[in-house]
This record gives sequence, structure tokens and C-alpha cells, in this order.
Amino acid sequence: MNYFELFALVPSYEISQTDLKAKYLELQRAVHPDKFANSSERERLIAVQKTALINDAFSILSANDSRAQYLLELSGIELAHETQTLKDPTFLIQQMELRESLEEITAAGDPEQALSDFQQQITKFIQHIDGEFVTLFSRSDAQSLATAADLVRKLKFMLKLRDEAIRIEDKIFDY
Amino acid sequence: MALLQISEPGQSSAPHQRRLAAGIDLGTTNSLVASVRSGEAVTLVNAQGHDTLPSIVHYSNLGIEVGHHARDHAISDATNTIVSVKRFMGRTLADVQATNGELPYVLSATENGLVNIETRAGKVNPIQVSAEILRPLVKLASETLGGDLDGVVITVPAYFDDAQRQGTKDAAELLGVKVFRLLNEPTAAAIAYGLDHDDEGVIAVYDLGGGTFDVSILRLNKGVFEVLATGGDSALGGDDFDNAVAQWIYQQSGYVGAHSPALQREISALACHTKERLSEELNVDLALNLPCGSRWQGNISRATFNDIIAPLVKRTIMASRRAMRDAGLDISEVQQVVMVGGSTRVPNVREQVKHYFKRELLTSIDPDKVVALGAAIQADILAGNKPDSDILLLDVLPLSLGLETMGGLTEKVILRNTTIPVAKAQEFTTFKDGQTAMALHILQGERELVEDCRSLARFELRGIPPMAAGAAHIRVTFQVDADGLLSVSAMEKSSGVHTSIEVKPSFGLTDNEVANMIKDSMTFARDDMDARMLAEEKVEAARVLEGLVNAINDDGHLLSDELLKPIKHAMMELEQASASNELKAIKSAIAACDEASQDFAALRMDHSIRQALSGQSVDDI
Repeated sequence: MNYFELFALVPSYEISQTDLKAKYLELQRAVHPDKFANSSERERLIAVQKTALINDAFSILSANDSRAQYLLELSGIELAHETQTLKDPTFLIQQMELRESLEEITAAGDPEQALSDFQQQITKFIQHIDGEFVTLFSRSDAQSLATAADLVRKLKFMLKLRDEAIRIEDKIFDY
Repeated sequence: MALLQISEPGQSSAPHQRRLAAGIDLGTTNSLVASVRSGEAVTLVNAQGHDTLPSIVHYSNLGIEVGHHARDHAISDATNTIVSVKRFMGRTLADVQATNGELPYVLSATENGLVNIETRAGKVNPIQVSAEILRPLVKLASETLGGDLDGVVITVPAYFDDAQRQGTKDAAELLGVKVFRLLNEPTAAAIAYGLDHDDEGVIAVYDLGGGTFDVSILRLNKGVFEVLATGGDSALGGDDFDNAVAQWIYQQSGYVGAHSPALQREISALACHTKERLSEELNVDLALNLPCGSRWQGNISRATFNDIIAPLVKRTIMASRRAMRDAGLDISEVQQVVMVGGSTRVPNVREQVKHYFKRELLTSIDPDKVVALGAAIQADILAGNKPDSDILLLDVLPLSLGLETMGGLTEKVILRNTTIPVAKAQEFTTFKDGQTAMALHILQGERELVEDCRSLARFELRGIPPMAAGAAHIRVTFQVDADGLLSVSAMEKSSGVHTSIEVKPSFGLTDNEVANMIKDSMTFARDDMDARMLAEEKVEAARVLEGLVNAINDDGHLLSDELLKPIKHAMMELEQASASNELKAIKSAIAACDEASQDFAALRMDHSIRQALSGQSVDDI
């Protein structure tokens, strides 16, 4: 049973988050270990495992990048453990520039503002990639899927930058 | 067959007997127990008329005293009177010395570095001291409710790590009490408020207790309490306010002599009292008799006090800010701010929290009792006393879990604020030809360097079949249950070698130490110990049988008679075994039942998953 089937959803990039959430809560109500507080060890263990599976499925389907990657996986394109590098010089130069501005944030006159600007820039890129993926994935021919896979690879670069920005935020605010 | 008569299809099982359950707030300063009585959660009051029990244990030649009586010895016998032991739970000697300032105890370390306290009655560890605090609470609940408890819910700070949670659970198990669940304190407070007010929307719970600080951001919707993010500091609380004031008193008094345990205790009591009075008054006069014979008199204003505690309060606001960011929400989306814990009585704390969240604060339920009340409600539900309850708690992992990689760095495997239960698998390979073993070091925390995170366990994976470097595929699965407790299993995929390791903190107690601790807790003779184990096993047998009878009643139709037969057979054997007084026979009959019903249990779970989304209940079939 794949994750879409688990949630009784048609595999698609554009899913209703409200529907996904409602189904997630229904499944949680059915198998959450708290419903089995008086059951045997074995049943409780199974409940923990099933709930863990449902939680994992929900987190993969609810985030755009992981849902995209999962859809590609279902179409036979494995991105999780790949070592293939991206061959897109324009994108890579842009990455280097973004990294430079990330490193300059802490030294900026107003680091808080610099960080906020940087994060907005990243969000814009992510949204852009997002829109393109929908179009490519719906075409479903090999060429489009390969391009869609490249988009997910780019998305991962962007998300890594977003995580690093969060780490810098922790430093600025001394969390 | 007697069992078939109770489980005749279509017949409802015997009228539901109310199970006895209680919620326990095991606090740094005070502990209390609550239970749902006549539909309402109430704190239980002891014969002396108290519902709060000071979390203080006094060890002497005459025995162990807990609570108010123990407090009487706090100054006269400081070395043997343990206060705020919660701050030591799951901690090493080095941790305790680094974070607690001056302590009046003689401390030592266990084999693995965990802190021990040397008392007149011998060495005790924080688990044992906590068990002593739990003992009168459990007793009070059994006496008030009229029977042995079926189980308890114990609250822990949301920010407690695996070692601290495990220690808390071990303390209850030392008493032979079944722990339904470890519940996070802010979540418990939210339950107490959520049910009273029937709230929907986002709430923030700010919980500043005696020794710990938690902040949780929750979304409440139709009985679902979903924790979006949690943050805090498991070594920050009212005790630290006291320590800061005590330091100020030392400075002001100009005293430079030795800090005897009695003087330390006296100054910290004075500091605590001063802090409490400053919640009501703007100026407080203080006086202290110094060991040199002179008397010091001074005065402190609320403004000075606010300055002294400012860095501490700031840390709580920063943690709140991070939790909001992790929840991905803006301040304006928070509808309510719930205040929990005695330290939220400090006016400056309230002002700062109000200023940050830009909201009026909810303080209508006593901040000292709200956690125990919420725990009682959850205990009642988990005991099965409210079968129609639609409450669902979705909590999160407070601190990321990771593994040590090359160069003393940590690689995160499960990120903080992931909804639990959760399971994640990671694959590893060998880096030398013929390598047959591999060491893993599990850490908890957010920092990049191993030395800055908490070491939870080191274990070795042995028996990897010799292969060329990189050919072995070792799959390590991390599983965190609803209590926030971690277990780890590992498997070599190509050979199927399976090693399951219960993660015991690497600085936790050794098996030997655990065995001694259990032996020490048995003040009675060997016969009594056997009797207790037999009684516990019989209770477990009855639970297993009842569970299976209900399961067959509800879902027996999922199995053919042929497949039901071995289960019913195992049940019959268990029923016979539990009528005997043979501990071993009962144990093996329980194991046999478990084995026989394993596939049935999995089948039922899959069935309920399908039912959940098909919109029809089992009754409709």
C-alpha cells in the first residue's frame, strides 16, 4: 500500500491539504497507541508502528518537496540516495551567489533584516520551482519527468539553504 | 469452555467496571495527585488536609520521611534532605555540578557517571528518591479511590530528554505501578483548559516551574490536541531565581566565611521567601544571622529583583520565540496564552510574557494544580472509563535525535518537533574488508558537535557477515513511542542478522545497579517479594485475557474458526495457569497467548485503518 492509498487519495501533486489533514486525524483516531493503553504489549507495539507509519506518510505527503520526490519515486525515478549531480551552470552560479549572501548575514549592519530578505528570496525561488513541477509532472512523458526530477534536485538545494538560514537565525537570536 | 461463554458473538461483555486511574504531577518543588471523580478532575487531599506534597525526601537512621515532615529537616540536616531531585534526573555528576550552583549534598557518580547522593541511609540515586515521592501519592490515590490503581499518567516537562523520561518511568516501575503514559506538562495543562473552555484555535502554554521551563504551541480542534512545536530548558526555573537572589544576599552581606550546608539552605530559604513576598510587595526587608555571630540586615526592591532575574526571564522569551518559529506561526495567530507553574506568579514574568505574546494571560485554573488535573483527565480516558471520548493527543519529539559521524559531528536522524510515535531507518555500510562489527553512538540535541549534545547510548552491532568494504547494508531503525522514549533495532539486510537493542542511556544505570535498586526497595522478606511478583503477573494475565476477549468480540469475524482455535486454546491455558500460583507457568502462558494472537492483532489494526476512511463503523458490517 503506498502512502496515497493509505490516505485513500489519488496520487497527484495537487492534493487538498484540508482533506489530507482530516483523513490523517481519522487514521490517528483508529490506531493511536493511546487507544490501546489497556491492550497487550504486542498490540501496543503494533499500534506504535502503525501510527509511526501514518505520521511518516503524512509528513511526506504534506510537504511539497517530499511529495514531489515521492511521486517521482512511484513513477520509477529514485532521488533519495542518488549521487548524480546537477548539470545546470546557471543554477549552480546562482547557488554560489546565494551562499555568499548567506555567509554575509551575520556581519551585516542589520542582520535581522538581511536574514529576512534572504529568506524571502529563497521562498520565492521555491514557489517558482513548485509551479513548474505541476506542469511537467502532469505531462508524464519520460522527458518531462526527467526535467521534473531536476526541479526536485534544485528544490533540495534551496531547502538546504533554508535550513542553513534557520541555523543562522538561531545564532543571531542566541536560541 | 468457560471463555466462549463470555465471548459469545453479539453479546456485549460484562458491564464495564470503572477502572481506578490517577494523574500525578511529579514536580521539582511540589508534587500532587488528581483523579476524575463524579465526572470532574479533582486533586486528592491527604489526612493532614494537604493536596500538595513538597518534593522533599529526608533520609535518617530511623527511616525515610517525605513531604512536609521532610521539609522540617531541610536546614537542620541539609546533607540528608533532598530537595528538587527532579533537576538531577538522568543527569551526570558533572552536569549537576555545572548547572546547580552550590549544593549541600555529598555527591558521587555511578559506574557510568550518573549522579548519586550519599545520605546517612546509604547512596541513593534520583530514580529512587523520585520513587519515594511517588509512594505516598500512589497510596493516597489507592486509599481515596478504594483499591489498587490500574494505572497512572505521570507528567514530565516537554523538554525532558530520553534519559530524564526513562528515569521518571523507572521510578514508577520501582513501585510496581503501571504507567499508562508519560504526558508532557504543557499538554496536560492544555487538556485541563481545553475541556473547560471548549476552545478551538492556537494556544501557547508557558510553563515555568521550580526547576524546568517549557513552552508549547498547540492547535486545538474538535478534541484533537496537536502540539505544533515545543521548546524550553530543562534546567531553568524558580530555583534559579532563588539561586540568583541567594548570590545577591551573599554579596550584600559581605560574608566571606565557609558556606556550610545549613547556611546554604538558610540563605536559599530566605531567597525563596523574599521572591514570593516580592510578588505582593514592592520592597522587602531581610535579615540573616551569619555564622561569625554578626547579623546582616538589608532591603531589596522589586525593581532590583527584576534586574537580578532579567537574564533568566529573557531565556524563556527566546525559547518561546523559537517555538513560535518552529510552529511556523505569527504571534497574531495565538489566541490564548496559558500560564502554568508556580513561578508564573512573579509579576515580571507575567509582564514579559504578555509583552511578547501581546495577549491577556489565562490564569483561571490554579497554576500549581492545572497539570495534575489534565493528567487525571487523560488517565481516566486511557483507563477506558470514557469509551466515547474523542480526545486525541498528538505530541512531538522535543529534541532532535542523531548519530555521531566522522570528526565528532552529529547527523540528525529525527528532527525536533516531529510528531510521535515516529520511526526512521538509516542505512550504513562497512568501510573495511571483512569488517564484522560496527559502533553506533546515539545523541540527542540540536548542536553540531557531539560534545554539545546529550549522549543517549553507545552500542555495537556485531555478527555482520564478512564482506568486501561497502558491501554490507546495515539498516538501523529508530523508533520513538508516544511517551517520547527511544528504542533502536539494527539489521544487516543481506544476511538478515537482527539485533534489537533497548536503548539504555550510556551514562544510565548498569543492569547490576538496577538489580540492586530493586532489591533495596524491597524492605520486606523474599517471600513477600515473590508474592508481589506473582500478584503482578496475575493482574497482567487478567489484562491479556480481557483484551483478547474484547478483541474476539469485536473482530473475531476477521478470522476463520480454524485460525481462532489456537488463540482460544492459548487463552484457556492462560486461564488455567493464572489460577495456579506458578509464576513461571503464568509468564510462559502469557507469552504463548501473545505469540498466538500476533497475526490477529496486526490484522485488526489494518482492519481499523480501512474502517477509519470508509466512513462506516464495525457495527455496520
